[in-house]
Amino acid sequence: MAAPPIEFCLNRRHVVTDPSTGERLSHTLRERLDVKDVKVGCDAGDCGACTVLLDGQPVCSCLTTTHQVQGRHIETLTGIVQYDEGAKQLARAFQNCGASQCGICTPGMIVSAAALLRREKSPDFDQIEGALGGVLCRCTGYRKILDAVHEAAHHDMRTDIPLSAGIGGRCQRVDGEAKILGTEMFSDDIADADWLAVRIVRTPHSHAAFEFGDLERFQNQNPGISAILTAADITGSNRFGVIPGFIDQPVFAVAKTRFRGEAVAALVGNPTVVTALDLDRFPVSWRVLPAACSLDDATDNDAPQLHDTYTHNEMCRGYVQCGDAETALEQADVTAEGTFETSFVEHAYIEPEAGCARLSAGRIEIQCGTQAPMMNRESLAEILGMNPSDIRIIPTAVGGGFGSKLDLSVQPFLALAAIKTGQPVRMAYSRSESMQSTTKRHPARIRMKIGAQSDGTLSGLTYEGQFNTGAYASWGPTVINRVPVHASGPYTVHDYRADARAVVTHSPPSGAFRGFGVPQSAIAQETLFEDLAIELKMDPLEFRIHNALGNGMRTVCGQVFQQGVGIGKCFQSLRPSWRAARHAAEEFNRQAVADGHNLRRGVGVAGGWYGCGNTSLPNPSTIRAGITPDSRIILHQGAMDIGQGANTVIAQIFAEAFGVEVMQLTLRDADTDITPDAGKTSASRQTFVSGNAAKSCGTSLRERVLRLCNASADSTIIPEEGMLIICDGSDRHQLDLRRLPVDDLGYVIFAEETYDPPSSPLDDNGQGAPYAQFGYAAQICEAEVDIALGTVRTRRFVAAHDVGKAINPLLVEGQIEGGIAQGLGMALMEEYVPGHTENLHDYLVPTIGDIPPVQSIIIEEPDAFGPYGAKGLGEHALIPTAPAILNAIRHACAARMTRIPATPDRVLAAMGTISDA
Amino acid sequence: MGYFAPESLVDALTAAADGAKIVGGCTDFYPALAPGKMPTDIVDITRVREMRQIAKCGDGWRIGAAVTWAEIAAYPMPAYLSCLQQAAVTVGSVQIQNSATIGGNICNASPAADGIPPLLVLDAKLEIQSQSANRTIPLAEFITGARRVDLSQGELLTAIVIPKVMLPSGSSFVKLGNRKFLVISIAMASALVVVRDHRLDDVRIAVGSCAPTAVRLPLLEQKLCGLSVNAVARCRILSAHLAALTPISDMRGTVEYRVMAAGELCRRAIIEAMPDG
Repeated sequence: MAAPPIEFCLNRRHVVTDPSTGERLSHTLRERLDVKDVKVGCDAGDCGACTVLLDGQPVCSCLTTTHQVQGRHIETLTGIVQYDEGAKQLARAFQNCGASQCGICTPGMIVSAAALLRREKSPDFDQIEGALGGVLCRCTGYRKILDAVHEAAHHDMRTDIPLSAGIGGRCQRVDGEAKILGTEMFSDDIADADWLAVRIVRTPHSHAAFEFGDLERFQNQNPGISAILTAADITGSNRFGVIPGFIDQPVFAVAKTRFRGEAVAALVGNPTVVTALDLDRFPVSWRVLPAACSLDDATDNDAPQLHDTYTHNEMCRGYVQCGDAETALEQADVTAEGTFETSFVEHAYIEPEAGCARLSAGRIEIQCGTQAPMMNRESLAEILGMNPSDIRIIPTAVGGGFGSKLDLSVQPFLALAAIKTGQPVRMAYSRSESMQSTTKRHPARIRMKIGAQSDGTLSGLTYEGQFNTGAYASWGPTVINRVPVHASGPYTVHDYRADARAVVTHSPPSGAFRGFGVPQSAIAQETLFEDLAIELKMDPLEFRIHNALGNGMRTVCGQVFQQGVGIGKCFQSLRPSWRAARHAAEEFNRQAVADGHNLRRGVGVAGGWYGCGNTSLPNPSTIRAGITPDSRIILHQGAMDIGQGANTVIAQIFAEAFGVEVMQLTLRDADTDITPDAGKTSASRQTFVSGNAAKSCGTSLRERVLRLCNASADSTIIPEEGMLIICDGSDRHQLDLRRLPVDDLGYVIFAEETYDPPSSPLDDNGQGAPYAQFGYAAQICEAEVDIALGTVRTRRFVAAHDVGKAINPLLVEGQIEGGIAQGLGMALMEEYVPGHTENLHDYLVPTIGDIPPVQSIIIEEPDAFGPYGAKGLGEHALIPTAPAILNAIRHACAARMTRIPATPDRVLAAMGTISDA
Repeated sequence: MGYFAPESLVDALTAAADGAKIVGGCTDFYPALAPGKMPTDIVDITRVREMRQIAKCGDGWRIGAAVTWAEIAAYPMPAYLSCLQQAAVTVGSVQIQNSATIGGNICNASPAADGIPPLLVLDAKLEIQSQSANRTIPLAEFITGARRVDLSQGELLTAIVIPKVMLPSGSSFVKLGNRKFLVISIAMASALVVVRDHRLDDVRIAVGSCAPTAVRLPLLEQKLCGLSVNAVARCRILSAHLAALTPISDMRGTVEYRVMAAGELCRRAIIEAMPDG
């Protein structure tokens, strides 16, 4: 007897559906009822993205069976923003406060907050935290979300921030409304429910040999499987990667796997059949081989070698030297040294990798979340043995990237499956697949020694870093090049030697993660600076100011910037907060000792710098724009917005240069068929590099318009129906666009401009001009340590960031706050251990209760190369955070952390309360 | 059978007898479910009337196994049940508390189940029913190991019975984790204290996440029993008092840390459990 269908009320509509036994409500809503504003981030109740209201109460729809909602009321974001007054106010406030970046957590946040506002008319911040504690956000650092909910509840909404702003103005994100109303389409929101599903067979072992059994028989035994893909199905090269000379990762492993979670095969077929298959029955046999997962294991003399191209598992080295570090250290009055170890850090974007693909007129079209559509296309062309022009990548909205979505993930599987079956196909990684198989931040072991004269002037620095780059290269070579260039921090070091090595191991590939190795190095360098300041009895902030780089000074690469070096101003701007906070902490601690209680407070400072764009390599961006006969100004903007705000910032820059408002533009988002290559969203380069291209493009287009009517350069351009009105002083020209010839792209006036930042190659000693600009940052952290339990709670950050020119200060603050949240996670809780923390309850990222208020101080030391003086910002935001926290812990309780994350047991061990953790 | 959500206990027991998978709020069921391993038959007990109620019974309280943590947190209860209500609001997140049931927390028997230490100090007993028999068993005997319970096919945990505690009394729950919300504890402690004539007349302490199951600490309880109220703050907890703990080292903490932290949590839990006045 067939089970009766399930009926319930969905957003005040009656619905009837027929779920399978045990079907998750999230699945029913998304796949049967097309409610795509319910996002799936973990399928385990750990992220809250799928939150819906069940009879008014928030629940995770991924943990609710559809049968449980029989006869009940379900509400989701797209429903409540239509009829719930609180939700409407929340939506406004999220836009005004910049509370949505990538937007993948926004449905869970607004739905949870709306439930709070129905029962609590004026909640305080603690109540808001409690209500939103079950929803993770990886982009915003939560503070703007808290502010938005508070503002919505207390009806203290200012007038809405404008839809358009010039350079330096706060305006709404151009893509904000879609994210906040739940209509944005992310990577798993595109495909139809009946498209064929792709599911990967992965190795459970770190290192294993394998053989397939009878695949054909397995396929025949399981009707509904359309194809089984293995390495034998790859029509081009079974190798991908991102750095020439290091293209080493197979799409499907052949005979041997090198890390837990590596793909060996893929099943393609009917989604119901494929998702329900028990892969324990898949015909593959494993022979476990000795694995070398850590730096120690892989550098041991007897270690198994991962690739026959390397000796001692060493993949590559980076080196920078200037002056004579040894002699300077010998001549120093004081020295500090130490060995520091960091862990694998997982990007933990709330949107796991997903996408879909289909054939279209002999070409393949792939829709997926990516940070690098053109690079994806080139890699796929190699894998598929196809011409790049026969591949179209249409990026969806990206639910967080942070570096990992530069690399290929689902794309090759989707393409191969669509080609083999001829059918449209789709797939989404589970959270554990995402964590097992995609890149991580490199664990590092850094040995560093720094000297100083008695007046605090630095005297010599040596650095040896080993980075666990995992089984395949990914962005490891980039990290290894960047680290020695940046390991001095933004300080003057005349005598310097830094040597970084990448070691391959049987671990997941380490790749790009916000900061490319620089955050790990900053921990070592800034901790040793603290040693030196303590030894010299100097104020730690003044010690840094004394050594800060300035205009006209040489970096460790011998590069001299005559302008634009803002680190000194960053540190100086912190002085008032620093002095007050240090004093208050020391007072607090005196009282705490007297009262015999367990809490101690401390205040730490750290600095950071980051070169924007590729290291000594070209990385051009091209931006295109055109005007149609019906007077639409169309901006082809291929710089991927992964939540950081490129869509808005590039539009603001272009609009300013062309001379119209952002809201007068029509935007064409990234699509390899219609937007020229704006490079990858990486290395804090989009505002700087694509921003420059957008500025040139806007300027060119403007010049072309003005030239057509011989108007002067300071004329005003006003689009009107079918024409442009050009006001040149008292002259008024009407440019009739409908009478102009139309080009192939449909434009009557057109411009396309490219910008490639100037840099020069590094010589054998790492001397040269690796970047056209650096951005700078300095942060203070106030922390409180429970000295009986070793727990650390941060109380406040003050973050001074030299961004050259804040194109949109709201977005700048968002980057700073979000970077701090990731830096805090890295410092205090994040440690990925393959096989042990492959979910978001064992791998901890900060929740809304873990991020304290952040005071952002925006420093604008203009850069001559930056568009309107702007510098990159994305990576800089987290570089000082972890060392500032560690230095705050040090100030609070004298615990000098050399192993991160600084978990409670490690803090107590560093205090000497317990033995080494 | 497929998916069955009975509304009466009789129907639930009938369905359970057939060996179907029993689920409650599903907050542990789904995360533990490997892809492709969905059971064909599921009995959902969240609509069973007899298992949905919180009520005073006799001298104590009876909480249906299908009552959610959010319902426990919101229900007016006496001070000696504070430990249970404090634990209720630390279970996962609001979303989890709205779905997860107290019975599910017990039957899942995670070493880190937030509900167990408070129920141990409350001397909770469990009502187990099947079509053929009913029995009552102390919680400490029901949980036989990490993720192992004394429940046969056909049996359901239907209710948790908590005996009355004399006044003045108080109880507490202290959870140590490495972030504020959605956190599995490194260690946790629950304490219950009954005061008579300014002395501790009854002291019960339990620790979770430091052994395969949460455990009571009888040696520590004995040491504290009879102490004057004023002496509690000065009491030193020694490792000998924690002998019942057998923690493991994992990414959340080392053995040495856990034992040390457990002692400190017990100290805090006892102080917090002291009844007002």
